[in-house]
Amino acid sequence: MKLTKEQQAILDGEKGETLSKVMKTLVMYGDAFEAEKLVPITSECNHLVTSFGLKVMSPVYDLMQQILDAGVASKQKFSVDPRPLDKNVPANLLQNLVFNKFMYTKQDFYEKQLKQLGLMDDDAFTCTCYMDEVGNKPKKDDVLSWAESSAVVYANSVLGARCNRNSGIIDIMGSLVGFVPYFGLLTDEGRKATWVVKVNTTKKPEAQLLGSAIGMKVMEDVPYVVGLDKWLGAELNDDACSYLKDFGAATASNGAVGLYHIENLTPEAVELGDRLIAEGAREYIIDDAELERVKENYPVVWKNPDATPKLCFVGCPHLSLKQLKNWTENIEKALKESGKKKVVIPTVLTAAPKVLKEFYKTEYAERLKATGVITSYICPLMYMNNPLCKKMPVITSSNKLRTYTSARYYTDEEILNAITKGGNR
Amino acid sequence: MKQFKGRVVTPGEVTAEAVVTTEGFNTLASLQMALQFGDKEAKCGDQNNKELHGKPLYNKALCLPQTIGSTTGGLVIYCACAMGRSPACMLFANHIDSLAAAGAVLADVWVDGCTMPVIDSLGDEFLNYVKDGMKITVKADGVVEVE
Repeated sequence: MKLTKEQQAILDGEKGETLSKVMKTLVMYGDAFEAEKLVPITSECNHLVTSFGLKVMSPVYDLMQQILDAGVASKQKFSVDPRPLDKNVPANLLQNLVFNKFMYTKQDFYEKQLKQLGLMDDDAFTCTCYMDEVGNKPKKDDVLSWAESSAVVYANSVLGARCNRNSGIIDIMGSLVGFVPYFGLLTDEGRKATWVVKVNTTKKPEAQLLGSAIGMKVMEDVPYVVGLDKWLGAELNDDACSYLKDFGAATASNGAVGLYHIENLTPEAVELGDRLIAEGAREYIIDDAELERVKENYPVVWKNPDATPKLCFVGCPHLSLKQLKNWTENIEKALKESGKKKVVIPTVLTAAPKVLKEFYKTEYAERLKATGVITSYICPLMYMNNPLCKKMPVITSSNKLRTYTSARYYTDEEILNAITKGGNR
Repeated sequence: MKQFKGRVVTPGEVTAEAVVTTEGFNTLASLQMALQFGDKEAKCGDQNNKELHGKPLYNKALCLPQTIGSTTGGLVIYCACAMGRSPACMLFANHIDSLAAAGAVLADVWVDGCTMPVIDSLGDEFLNYVKDGMKITVKADGVVEVE
């Protein structure tokens, strides 16, 4: 890799040992991909994936402390993934004991470190930092050093920014020196599609199911999706962006997709069309039967597969303001149809703190509260990631949550039926 | 005994027993619960990976095509190395992915005494040949012996 004089000086230790190790990390990371150079980060803010003060992550806190002690904090402010705990979310005594005394004992300590390192503000905890209400929305062609798989795939695909699927810790290291290695999704070549996915369904496909199918098929490759604009339209409005947020999160967690193109809709597909498709690209056709096959193959890991769900999470990744309003209306309507006043399964809708603040200003907030649904800024994945939750029949419309925990995937419609009418699917 | 030649991502020499997945290795789903609750064998917790679920990963030669899933993947590998709970080596059939590369590099640069060699580009034939329980020897030049 060719370094500039400034970069070489940092590597040689002219700005201290810690920054030299940071630069060495980035150079080795780039070398693994034959990157020829480091390029400047151009986004205003960074986004980090590590938000949780898990006791087990002490090597991470030690490393962050080395950075703080060396006084090399980044000039870039950053947002970070959601907090793992919220007392509004139902938890029994044992769960609270495990959460507070065993798992997240480092939360306060770590949040203090994050503030010292450059956290945007106390409400900057969300996986959907690109929401207008949150204010960390990169521009097209901005070069990022982000992590968080769902945020990276959204920034690349929907916003047209340029970011590799960076790991936690690498995210802040790029930001500390202001450069990232130039490879993969930062390059024009790396953004070409090596799969053409044809959507031939008879109705609008469930975002998180379609994303799951594509993720599992193409893994880390870039898909060019044809036929989805028929269902989403040709404008990146609130509904389309919310759909693509959920779709992308599933492609990234069920596979390793960092960028997708939707014909006639996402910015590069609109700009370049099928010139984005690489020579020799493979084809994957998705119809109703294929989506059903994918869904039926998800393992059910509940102890009793016929158990009545005890908790429902919707909002992984965090919901948009429009989605919160839509869920309010849909739950009200379904409750009316079933002759019930409140949901019959404890249900948590999760969104960014700043999105929730805006939601609470609307009349929808009281209407949703009246249905018995809880709102929270929590990360459902962090809530579920412990052995106690393995015994708990939790349902979710998030394919990311399904992938990492024992939560069972239901479509939005199935969720609505379950929480308003009761019983299993 | 058969030899395969790969590319050294992070150096080292080791001999260990193989555990093999032909599917993408989801690092977070596989390791987090084991690390969090002190499972000394670091048994794989990924319910979606039928080849590895429940199998010990600690001190094994993990043979895989690539890693997938959450971008916490690299820091999970870093933590596993820092806590002495990592596989003995990671052997990739494909070119390494960005998350695994980050984990390997972070461990190499920031964990004193880390000795987890990572080799990639071993090819499909490697993954077709190697089976659970086979003896793996990783050489410093990226040669992997399977017997």
